[in-house]
Amino acid sequence: MTQAADRLGAPRALTLRNLKKKAAIKRGLRIAFSHLLLLPLAIMFLMPFFWMVSTALKSDRQVFAWPLVWIPSPLVWKNFPDAIAFFPFWLYLRNTAFIASCAVIGAVTSCSLVAYSLACVRWRGRDVLFMLAVATLMIPYQVTMVPLFITFSKFGWVGTYLPLIVPSFFGGAFFIFLLRQFFRTIPNDLIDAAKIDGASHPRIYAQIVLPLAKPALFTIALFQFLNTWTDFTGPLIYLSDSKMYTVSLGLQFFRLQHETMWQKLMAASVMLTGPIVILFFFTQRTFIQGITMTGLKG
Amino acid sequence: MAVSSVGSSVLSRAKTFGMSKLELKELLWGLLFASPWIVGLLAFTGWPILSSLYYSFTQYSVLSASKWVGLDNYATMFVHDDVFRRALYNSTYFAIIFVPVGIVSAITVAMLLNQKIRGQPIYRTIYFLPVLVPDVALSILWMWLMNPQLGLVNSLLWELFKIQGPGWIADPDWSKSAVVLMSLWTIGRSVVIYLASLQDVPQDLYDAAAVDGTNWWQSIRNVTLPMISPVIFFTFITSMIGSLQLFTVPYIMSAGDGRPAQSLMFYSMSLYRNAFIYFKMGYACSMAWVLFVIVLIGTLLVFRSSSRWVYYAGG
Repeated sequence: MTQAADRLGAPRALTLRNLKKKAAIKRGLRIAFSHLLLLPLAIMFLMPFFWMVSTALKSDRQVFAWPLVWIPSPLVWKNFPDAIAFFPFWLYLRNTAFIASCAVIGAVTSCSLVAYSLACVRWRGRDVLFMLAVATLMIPYQVTMVPLFITFSKFGWVGTYLPLIVPSFFGGAFFIFLLRQFFRTIPNDLIDAAKIDGASHPRIYAQIVLPLAKPALFTIALFQFLNTWTDFTGPLIYLSDSKMYTVSLGLQFFRLQHETMWQKLMAASVMLTGPIVILFFFTQRTFIQGITMTGLKG
Repeated sequence: MAVSSVGSSVLSRAKTFGMSKLELKELLWGLLFASPWIVGLLAFTGWPILSSLYYSFTQYSVLSASKWVGLDNYATMFVHDDVFRRALYNSTYFAIIFVPVGIVSAITVAMLLNQKIRGQPIYRTIYFLPVLVPDVALSILWMWLMNPQLGLVNSLLWELFKIQGPGWIADPDWSKSAVVLMSLWTIGRSVVIYLASLQDVPQDLYDAAAVDGTNWWQSIRNVTLPMISPVIFFTFITSMIGSLQLFTVPYIMSAGDGRPAQSLMFYSMSLYRNAFIYFKMGYACSMAWVLFVIVLIGTLLVFRSSSRWVYYAGG
């Protein structure tokens, strides 16, 4: 029947084949259009990274050359060890790694305990506590910053790493929120079965919930590590001894003293950013999952 | 153990608390597990908020005892302190520009990414990468990129569009826009969130809209945007709060003092300087509370308006 309609010269017969072809063309156009916009955008997004590395490898002459040099020649790898010589990079790296590791341990232990309480123990008032936790996310940190400093200085903790580490052992609203959402997905039957077998909460927590929650705990660890690694304000306020600085702080002071040594500044930035990017490539899925969970289950 | 004997004697009194033995047991366990957070809330949030309020009515330099001055700090702030007004203006200016631009950009990119194209994960990674760069490195990198004479931004503007780029960070009129531009590089975090929520929008709705004969813009307006409006709501609030609090980037770019010509003196920077450079802790606390109130009002306004534009798909 359709063949007859075609032969009669009717424009675009309503055959399934034609409709599918039209849909395919439309889809093809949409895909092409998307790539047309996404590709240049992606190039623009990558450009600063490229420029950072390119500058880091330039000689003095080429950094300030005009027109701009895109690919330096020669490749001055020496900028990297030179930059490190200008400020105690390895020392700061060790300091930062130490603080970050401690904070991660604190965050994972405390937040999982609290999340367990909010998700797996049925008690009156737990939802109130949860909403309170979420509400505190909206308080600007400046409000608590000054009194905390005053308190810490009364304890004599200013100038040590303690103010940067200890708070993470007392939970953080954001991570508790994430973990609580995750714990709630653990089937209740599992927990009930354990309870019937006479397991107490600590045992359920340690032997059932924690092992199942490894992906979520890993996410928390990753985010806490990233937060502490890149934290600038905390070290700025509490660290006075330059031997105790973190990499972020060190880089800032380096820049203040050597403002025009761009190639060395870029080299230092590359070394500061590099580990995180590498870490990210190994843990991409965890990262992305964590970010999405924050935005969606609100 | 002493704990369990205390515990069992408490449990036997359960009835007096108006709940069953089981309820009381669960309550105690719940409190125990949550205790780090409860302690933390009291010690690191509750108590500091209250003392911050107290200090805001005092003059306190940590070196000497605090002196009660009533509303003097607040009066000085609004009447005498030019830096305060400048700082408030700068932060608000930045927030007003960046929040909407950031959200629109992020949603647009997310919608482009949502087209079921090959390479979507690669694009997503590329857009997300800048989020990982530490603030310090980020600021220094962009200072170099936006260098008026030698920076990549201005030279590309000239090579590609024959536009003479502005002085960016060096120019008081452009410095905040420079911060906006730099912050736009890090919208990847929001893009990831929007992308996930876009993927949750049921295809049936689009199909139904197509049957009704809507074009692409209409289906965005009537299907996509309403369905992701809760997420927009969330990112709007967090973006607003984050923008008003912004500290590290302007601090580093302006070498700590808001140069050029105070154009980068953001609110949090002024607060920091008052507290840790001038040792006016009381004054800094009053600034913090003003910020808090502003954030609360802003959040409340968004909440109020949300009933009109946020659509919860519910079941």
